[in-house]
Amino acid sequence: MSAPFIKFEPEPERYEFRAGPMHHFDLARRDFFRFLGAGIAVFAVAKDSLAKQETAPTRGFHQEELPKDITAWLHVGEDGGVTAFTGKVEIGQNIRTALAQTVADELRVPFESVTMVTADTALTPFDFGTVGSRSMPTMSPQLRRVSAAARDLLVGAAAKEWNVAAEGLTAADGKVTNPATGRSLRYAELARGKTLAQNLPAEDPVTPANQWTIAGKPIPKKDGRAFVTGKHKYSPDMQRPGMLHGKVLRPPSFGATLTSFDAKAAQAMNGVVIVHDGDFIGATAANERDASKALEAIHAEWKEVPQTSSKELFSYLKQNAKAGGNDRSRRIKGSVEDGLSAAAHRLDATYTIAFIAHAPLEPRAALAEWSEGKLTVWTGSQRPFAVRDELANVFHISEDNVRVIVPDTGAAYGGKHTGDAALEAARLARAGGHPVKVVWTREEEFTWAYFRPAGVIEIKSGIAADGMVTAWEFHNYNSGMSAIETPYGVPNQHIEFHATECPLRSGSYRGLAATANFFARESHMDDLARAAQEDPLEFRLKNLSEPRLRAVLEAAAKSFGWPRKKTQEGQGFGIAGGLEKGGYVATCAEVAVDGTSGAVRVVRITTAYECGAIVNPDGLRNQVIGANIQGLGGALFEAIEFENGRITNARFSSYRVPRFRDVPEIEAVLLDRKDLPSAGAGETPIMGVAPAVGNAIFDATGTRLRSLPMVPQGLPAAKT
Amino acid sequence: MAKPMQLEVNGKRYTVQCDPETPLLSALRNELGLTGTKYGCGEGQCGACTVLLSGTPRRSCQIPVSAAAAKPIVTIEGLEKDGRLHPVQQAFLDTEAFQCAYCTSGMILSSVGLLSTNPNPSSADIVQSLQGNVCRCGTHPRIIDAVHQAAKAMRERAR
Repeated sequence: MSAPFIKFEPEPERYEFRAGPMHHFDLARRDFFRFLGAGIAVFAVAKDSLAKQETAPTRGFHQEELPKDITAWLHVGEDGGVTAFTGKVEIGQNIRTALAQTVADELRVPFESVTMVTADTALTPFDFGTVGSRSMPTMSPQLRRVSAAARDLLVGAAAKEWNVAAEGLTAADGKVTNPATGRSLRYAELARGKTLAQNLPAEDPVTPANQWTIAGKPIPKKDGRAFVTGKHKYSPDMQRPGMLHGKVLRPPSFGATLTSFDAKAAQAMNGVVIVHDGDFIGATAANERDASKALEAIHAEWKEVPQTSSKELFSYLKQNAKAGGNDRSRRIKGSVEDGLSAAAHRLDATYTIAFIAHAPLEPRAALAEWSEGKLTVWTGSQRPFAVRDELANVFHISEDNVRVIVPDTGAAYGGKHTGDAALEAARLARAGGHPVKVVWTREEEFTWAYFRPAGVIEIKSGIAADGMVTAWEFHNYNSGMSAIETPYGVPNQHIEFHATECPLRSGSYRGLAATANFFARESHMDDLARAAQEDPLEFRLKNLSEPRLRAVLEAAAKSFGWPRKKTQEGQGFGIAGGLEKGGYVATCAEVAVDGTSGAVRVVRITTAYECGAIVNPDGLRNQVIGANIQGLGGALFEAIEFENGRITNARFSSYRVPRFRDVPEIEAVLLDRKDLPSAGAGETPIMGVAPAVGNAIFDATGTRLRSLPMVPQGLPAAKT
Repeated sequence: MAKPMQLEVNGKRYTVQCDPETPLLSALRNELGLTGTKYGCGEGQCGACTVLLSGTPRRSCQIPVSAAAAKPIVTIEGLEKDGRLHPVQQAFLDTEAFQCAYCTSGMILSSVGLLSTNPNPSSADIVQSLQGNVCRCGTHPRIIDAVHQAAKAMRERAR
């Protein structure tokens, strides 16, 4: 992830803010009961191994501060209400509901009595970010153990009350019961008048998935009614008294620098304030229209730099590869040379991956308010604590004086890791003494956000006469290392990631590079299966020992009816699979290719997914089907086009996303492994779509498409 | 130049002070505080800003406030009556036809508009009339189910 792209030149008075905070924002533990009232509280601390996973990820971001010691906490109030705190963000993945189910299940309270407080840097524990499909594998077990510890405290309190041993008592439905006497005490009664706090014990057994009663059920979204009535306030909907609207003057192209400007006419406009700070020029006004008009009235000169275009993208990436890899970017096993020379059939192929945009329907937006040197920002971000730190750095204030609140957000898909709009709103608000809201336009969103990195992938492979893969050489330029390794058992491998100069600002996108790596690998495996004259599923299973991946391939195939006989001209079937982030996915696709127009229609998709014990099957199904539909865009037609530092299709009218007509008949087959810990599901289900569709197009036409998107203008070969 | 204009929104009359060329979307959100109607693209391509104007689904980002003056406007906030959800809202809730739900207001208003002229739509009819509404989370199949379910509930209620 690149640094915040707006760099402010420090003004002298900013240093005054280093003089230590006047107020303390962070909710210190001693303040906990003052804030929430009396009751029983349990804290998870970071020395816990699960907590460490959450706060210290193995890859990615390196400039993170040391984790705070507490990672999750929970409070049982005197009214029996349960409040659980997590830094995770709700972005449509339904984590608020799934985590509340986990708490209710383990604490033995009704689902309705649990409130989740999320993503508020003043109220919730430090969290690295809602990224990498980590919420279920790490936050869910932490909250479960916190809940188990709270239940133990409540049982202990009842035992003390009755002067009996805790062992014989049971907890259910928000109360502790003594089966010997039939007496029971509600949690509300047990919590009354107490200020009992405890750190999470080292060992506290939690309920196994086969005994869950609330988790594992298709419970509806926690506050669904607020969304169908329009009452929920997303970041762009937030309002504060005296609030102004802000707009930022964008350079004409990436990397352009401001050489001169004249803002006299703009400054003279009614109610307009112009803010100039380094390369940053912004305007505030009573409404967005006036702020935009003010920017239009500014005469600015920019120095532009020549840049590459999307037409030359893939040769650019190859030519600008950085020399020298290392053991982290390269995996070698056996000898590819030996494997290739022993092969009965060899195959070389190159795959390309275009830049695509996340295009969340809620654009980046923030409302910032300064009060007595303290900054409060409401913004849609996956990383509220990182945004807090960005703001503290940029404004040279203590992070204690910055509070970032993330309202449940109109999606992110990996695209909202930075605090761009927050920085802009805060800078504009600081100038005028009013709260300022900045909402990016769709064009800004398509241009000044970041993109899923483009890439080039080269594969050399060989198979023996018996259809076993003997050699696998895989080079990925730029798109990334996620799922770069093959799950198939190949004795001779050379797998390498090559960093390159990248012409556009790039960052996370749902699934990261795994979609690209799956596409190249599974397309290639399909060609090898044809070369071996074997059924694509049989060929994969033969080369695969991983039982969980075999299970999803077999489940998808069974439900889809693989292998299928073609009954119509232009019909084709494809299969693909793989594993990533603890989830196992397999997708079957059916396509219909119009022989005259070349139009490709995806007719049917079946995706099998396994991510351990399922916490909410309905929410999971929504995520799996949603990922498949979103994945169709990148597979078939989404691509960012650019030239001379400008995005040339920065609108929904020129950047095509999947719409109702593109949606096939689609089925999710969910494998519930109650014997395995829950993994995430936000990303991995997207990964099989592109190769399964590509393999189906090959099956239909004999044309192998090796570029994502595959058919932005229909199938070229069919047009002749 | 700002000037006073009469708007009739969800059965209530309002006077707004704004430039007549201001998009209806901005007037609803900023002048009246009705933020259930969303900005998504500003070019009428995503449907997040859909409202009913004289009963017809329209993209409020494309309509100058002056063109909406004195015509009945219904936004997402106006569908619930006496604490009872509109059947389309209820069907979206029951089928959980949303993920991030940012598109939901526009989807619901477009669907209400469809059902007012076509009480028993086929799936193809629904696809046709929601083609201009973008859902980035990929909740389309559930939205189609929700519209069918709402249509059924409304037909039964009308009987």
